[in-house]
Amino acid sequence: MEPLASRMTREMSSLWNQIEPLLAQVTKPARYIGGEQGARTPTHGPESVSWLLAYPDTYEVGLPNQGLQILYEILNEQATAVAERTYAPWIDMEAAMRAAGVPLFSLENHLPAASFDVLAFNLSAELVYTNVLNMIDLAGFPLRGEDRTIDDPVVMAGGHSTFNPEPLADFVDVFVLGDGEEVVTEINDVLASFLVGGDRPRTGDPRADREALLRALTQVPGVYVPWCYEAKFARFEGEGQVGPAERLVSITPRFPGVPDRVEKRTIADLGDWPYPKEQLVPLIEVVHDRLNVELFRGCTRGCRFCQAGMITRPVRERPAEQVRTMVTDGLRRTGYDEVALTSLSSADYSGIEETVTSIIDDPACGGQVSVSLPSLRVDAFTVGTAAQIQKVRRTGLTFAPEGGTWRMRQVINKLIREEDLYAAVDAAFSQGWKRVKLYFLIGLPTETDEDTLGIVELAKQCVAIGRRYHPGVTVTASVGGFVPKVQTPFQWFGQNTIEELTRKIHLLRDAARPVRGLTIRWHDPKATAAEGIVSRGDRRMGPVIEQVWREGGTFQEWSECFALDRWLTALADHGMTLEDAVYRHRTADEVLPWDHVSAGLHRDFLWQEWQDALAEHGLEDCRWTPCYDCGACTGFGVEHVVASAVPPAGGSQGTGQDLTTGGQVPVRFLAEPPTARKERTLASVGATTTHGSSVADGGIEGQGPAGAPGAGN
Amino acid sequence: MRLRFCYTKLGKIRFTSQRDVARMWERALRRMNMPVGYSEGFNPRPLLSFGLALPTGAESRAEYVDVVVDDAAWQEAGRTTDDLPSELTGLLPEGIDVVDVEVVERQSGSLQQFVTSCSWLMEFTGVTVAGMGALIDAVLAAETIMIMRERKGRQETDDLRPSIIALGLAEGPFDQGGEAAGRGDEGSPVVVVAELATKPRGVRPVELVRAFVAVAGGAADDQSERWATLGGAAQGTPVLHRACRTQQWIQRDDVPDEAPVPSDPARGDAGAEHVLERAS
Repeated sequence: MEPLASRMTREMSSLWNQIEPLLAQVTKPARYIGGEQGARTPTHGPESVSWLLAYPDTYEVGLPNQGLQILYEILNEQATAVAERTYAPWIDMEAAMRAAGVPLFSLENHLPAASFDVLAFNLSAELVYTNVLNMIDLAGFPLRGEDRTIDDPVVMAGGHSTFNPEPLADFVDVFVLGDGEEVVTEINDVLASFLVGGDRPRTGDPRADREALLRALTQVPGVYVPWCYEAKFARFEGEGQVGPAERLVSITPRFPGVPDRVEKRTIADLGDWPYPKEQLVPLIEVVHDRLNVELFRGCTRGCRFCQAGMITRPVRERPAEQVRTMVTDGLRRTGYDEVALTSLSSADYSGIEETVTSIIDDPACGGQVSVSLPSLRVDAFTVGTAAQIQKVRRTGLTFAPEGGTWRMRQVINKLIREEDLYAAVDAAFSQGWKRVKLYFLIGLPTETDEDTLGIVELAKQCVAIGRRYHPGVTVTASVGGFVPKVQTPFQWFGQNTIEELTRKIHLLRDAARPVRGLTIRWHDPKATAAEGIVSRGDRRMGPVIEQVWREGGTFQEWSECFALDRWLTALADHGMTLEDAVYRHRTADEVLPWDHVSAGLHRDFLWQEWQDALAEHGLEDCRWTPCYDCGACTGFGVEHVVASAVPPAGGSQGTGQDLTTGGQVPVRFLAEPPTARKERTLASVGATTTHGSSVADGGIEGQGPAGAPGAGN
Repeated sequence: MRLRFCYTKLGKIRFTSQRDVARMWERALRRMNMPVGYSEGFNPRPLLSFGLALPTGAESRAEYVDVVVDDAAWQEAGRTTDDLPSELTGLLPEGIDVVDVEVVERQSGSLQQFVTSCSWLMEFTGVTVAGMGALIDAVLAAETIMIMRERKGRQETDDLRPSIIALGLAEGPFDQGGEAAGRGDEGSPVVVVAELATKPRGVRPVELVRAFVAVAGGAADDQSERWATLGGAAQGTPVLHRACRTQQWIQRDDVPDEAPVPSDPARGDAGAEHVLERAS
């Protein structure tokens, strides 16, 4: 009956006096002091819900995350919410904390994590999951949701990796899918109605009270509460079955009123959300240490391997004027001399040239500001823009052809011709760059050795082009092993084995050895396998992750901390194999563990894309071509929002595809007044639902409490 | 024109590195549109030069930075140096207060070159006042104090003794600059004042602790860098808890131009003076 009483019993006093002596013993102690420019020191009180926003990796990796910073600001603007931040303490600090009995703490007021109402994680990658468990454990409340009560924090998660929530279902109470900007305050309202005030009667049973709260949260669109769903497994007697015989057969709601399928949230207009307004300026050097302004969210190129491009549809561009204001104000406020214009493919922003020029020419920027586009398109036009903005520090340029042959690139729908790459590289070397880096994937569907070796052929040509301008040019081909991701056309694909990836790496290394100026770098195939274990796992992966963590497997994205053996042992101890969990092709009729959460994409569309991929059939960018009905726009009543009616010069993906139809395709233009825009949106959505193909289509989403708004990360 | 600023580094901010502080200064100067000069060449950098690096974790009341300012832009903006300290203090993180500024000759030597010694205040636990007094006496009485330390990846044996210019017990607690009347009770931290030379090679506070360990008969090759644990293993050896640089000194004879007068009569060394005349 008295919610305040229990909340007030939580210890809410600063741990600083206990933390301070530990800092003399650890590396980079400033990771733990807070005090960044832009940080808030909120006052906690019984009238507000307290959120601890957590990033499950080091401070330097987590601090720049824009998704977390956006939610931090939005929550602290609410009358009934306060938000602080925390990051995974590095191994030395964790040891010092455990030895001294200091729990996980917030950076602002150095309060114990367990004294917050919510511990909300940003999940941008799968290998950080063991850190999530470690942080909950360090906070000092029950690791598993089933053991928690209303007096423990609610554990939440958002970000790209929540599109397969099942591996963390035992540990995370609430997953939030898609853009977090709107839904975070709706969730806060529900929490406030339970935790703040005192008008809601309690049953006197703290477990029952927690369950009532979780059930109430299922009514917020975009919220998935795994405890409210039952996953059923059955013995599998398939032909050719080699591994364990358990298969998921269904995931269904346990209670009436709980949605069968949870759809992600999508904000319609990025212009309504000019966040972060006060980007945090850290005291120590972090990754992406610069001002970041998000140009647009979503991507419609349709690269079939790319989860971010699929789950963040449709494209929503920020108005060019707002971009300029955010850049100018941000530079003045922070004192940074570099700004990154972030997105999944910044050169595809409608007004990219004008926007970049206006920033560089702005006297307020003082002539010493450099602009960076973290994701370059592969074409000469893009290099021209890069040359304009990188007048100084012209060190290296990076392109991502991803596949070694045109056949391979049609399969993955990265429609870059060799001429496009060579023109881009020629432009780069001729304009003074001396190093070019190329990103490739190996282990892609249908890949042959010819495709793999095509990587060396492409890179070799690039070296030859560079030699015409400078004898000392270098080309680095960086090769990653492909991990099939959920909610993409490749979600059914059986990942290459460690042995196969290793064989391909050796092929590449041997072929590249005689080529002077060419270096091959590769990602550890063992780490690729571990990522595969977690990426497409079901609820049976929870105990596996827990065992890896208990055996000391934190910071699995750090090579010095990673060991595959822990993962293999844990899999075997729980009756599973790499063959079944990772290497196996999924079948058309199989229930996928993430089928009950949706990024807006029709399963039919994804399956058709998978079949098209196998048939080596590419698909053009849907932003300036007719709709393919992926479901992202139509399902959410939104559509692509572009800042200019004119497609960027060079065309999407540099394929020279005919973009002249751009004017006729009913994309929404930001130049129109807001009211006109709204009517037009509704009108075209109506049209779409009727005949299903007249609106330029794509996908939705953005980011949850985490998702970095750009491929820049 | 070259401006020399004196600033503090106190409190939580002490856990940032010298390099971090440099970046804070660059951002603060950009935020106030200071016409800072930039280096020529491929990768222009703002012309800031800092004095002796302060070890991460140590506090200071006397840090210095020289900033080259474009004369024309400075005059055009009609600025004076009067409001610079307060304006910059507002733009720098908590704990970094700009306490003074003066114009120095552009040709005059770098801070790094001319600072010859630093005064330190250090707080120790794990030792009594009497015990610390005995250690100080032992250090001062020693002819040589050999310790091993790493230099550019190589182990070298150095004699620390010539670099320990002055050493003694402070009268009061650390937080009051060791100056307030009355020493703490037995069992409370012991505060020590020291003047340590910067040449030929700077002596850091942790290395002074190793000198204590050495005179107490501890292992000379203990190179542990962690303050709180350093020396704690040996019975009766002090554990460095906090350290604060209180002054940096230069030799008058080495200064080419007319330098500010010494302002610390207590030091009683007429040949040395503050890097910057302190605003009294």
